[in-house]
Amino acid sequence: MLIGIAFWVLAVIAVATGLAVFVVNSMARATYALAVSFIAVGGQILLLQQNYLGLITILMMVMEMAVMAVYMVMFMGMNPALMPMDMTHGKKTAIGASVGAFVVLAGGALLVPWPDRRGGPPDDLTHALGLEIMDGKMLVMAVVGAVMVATIVAGVVLAAGRTRYDRFGDDLRQRGSNGASLGGAQK
Amino acid sequence: MTDSAVVTVSALWAVIAGTLLCGFAVFAVTLDAGLSARAHGAGGGWFTLPSRLARLLRQRRRTTVAADTLLWRVGGIGMFIGAFLMVAVIPLGRWTLADLDVGVVWFNTIDVLVWALVWLTGWGANSTHSLVGGYRFLAHGLAYELPLMFALVAPAIAAGSLRVGAVASAQQDDVWFVVWMPVAFLIYLIGVMGFSVWGPFAAALATDIAGGAGAELSAVDRLVFHAGRYLFLAAGAAFSVPLFLGGGAGPWLPAWAWVLIKTLVVLAVLVWLRRKVPLLRPDRFMSIGWTILLPAIVVQDLVVSVVAVWKG
Amino acid sequence: MTLEAVLVVASALFAVGLYGALSQQVVVMVMMGLELMINGILLAAGGFWWFLAPDPSGQVLLLVILAAMTVEMAMGFAVATLLHRRRQTDMTDMAQELSR
Repeated sequence: MLIGIAFWVLAVIAVATGLAVFVVNSMARATYALAVSFIAVGGQILLLQQNYLGLITILMMVMEMAVMAVYMVMFMGMNPALMPMDMTHGKKTAIGASVGAFVVLAGGALLVPWPDRRGGPPDDLTHALGLEIMDGKMLVMAVVGAVMVATIVAGVVLAAGRTRYDRFGDDLRQRGSNGASLGGAQK
Repeated sequence: MTDSAVVTVSALWAVIAGTLLCGFAVFAVTLDAGLSARAHGAGGGWFTLPSRLARLLRQRRRTTVAADTLLWRVGGIGMFIGAFLMVAVIPLGRWTLADLDVGVVWFNTIDVLVWALVWLTGWGANSTHSLVGGYRFLAHGLAYELPLMFALVAPAIAAGSLRVGAVASAQQDDVWFVVWMPVAFLIYLIGVMGFSVWGPFAAALATDIAGGAGAELSAVDRLVFHAGRYLFLAAGAAFSVPLFLGGGAGPWLPAWAWVLIKTLVVLAVLVWLRRKVPLLRPDRFMSIGWTILLPAIVVQDLVVSVVAVWKG
Repeated sequence: MTLEAVLVVASALFAVGLYGALSQQVVVMVMMGLELMINGILLAAGGFWWFLAPDPSGQVLLLVILAAMTVEMAMGFAVATLLHRRRQTDMTDMAQELSR
């Protein structure tokens, strides 16, 4: 009962803040509304007895949204709080598509005869998950690790403003790299 | 090692835990003020806390033009509440409020919330210096958080559990983790200073940007924000005890007394360090964090893992 | 709390995210829409896991979803930075040479 109430409260928070992301006209509020939505979903995953994953979701998403807010402020050409304007396109199509998606998905969720539960959860779920990652599903995690490294490299290559010519001079003969003490943030 | 080495007490004891945490924070403020007074050649500093408290409680709230009050308040109040959530998983000797099977991750999650809270405090005031302070904190965060995460992993690997009670009891009849994972302990302390915006990591609140994220805070808002910093420092010191310093292990005294004593010592060292370490520039520390701290802690984790496997 | 309830909430989150991803013009806002869609998928996966087959190997799927989310964010920020550096813009409408 208590869990049911908590679930629906979190559900309302998650969806309401999710909507708020595209309604509020402040960059910071939009970003942190999304963070609250993620925290609510993390709470729901905790209610579904997945302690580790619920907490990891909250941890990662709060971190991401803190960084996201910086990008929002950096890249939004104008401040919608100061200059209210509609920064959207194809609104009708988008609303149609999203309502359609909701009807199909929710209808499917309600109409599909879901099978009965198979087996029960292990006693110490976190421990079991750890064993699983390091045992049967190790290949999955190893691949995820490689993908993460590739992402870091690709992200830096795409985003870095300094090329090797900035670092080593026009004929690549310059020793060392200037500006390294600034963390490579500037040319 | 038994997983149920600690007893979960009823939630009413949270009041005691909160009071203890506040006590530690008061100790930190007073010690800091005392050291400050001594550095200026004066004595005392005992009345700093009540006088600051009285001044901030009486002060009238200032506000700025077009401040985002909601986010601003969330930042300050969140700083105040966060540390109390942290101590929920720290065992006091045999007792704990919540023996979560993911206690270490819980601690980590709360300390990541500080990223959002400090930035929101900086943003909410709608003032340049304030926002610069918020950015400085995020830059520090990017550099200290990853090493801190790996530092939290080391004791968990050695104990074979993310349960804080299990980590503490794994050191009961063994050498303390601080002895054979000194790098992890040091980086953990760096992380604590980081998420408390303390000492070398107080660039977000530095005087060169007129107080940074806290520039426009006044009255109760200022009180809760800075009280939150001290509470986080105290909670971080308290968490190092089960993680690295053997929990309640020690001769003669009962376990709970040892936890309190060790917490006090770590907290005193952190407060003392504030005067001994210069402010770290966020952009410079970015290089240090990623090229020195991160490789060092990964090697430390490797050593811990090898030892854990070797011990079986 | 039933599987149906979890899935309805998850599809609501997914639909809101889809609206954002389709309608927003600013790259970072599009990313927020995508994040919200993945948020819904994450919740649905958690619900399926708990109500249909709660054995630990299923949780790995949630970890993979989280990993996909971080990759999406990192690459999105990198491309947004590149776009800003080259074009001084942050609007998807001004980065259309792939559509021609």
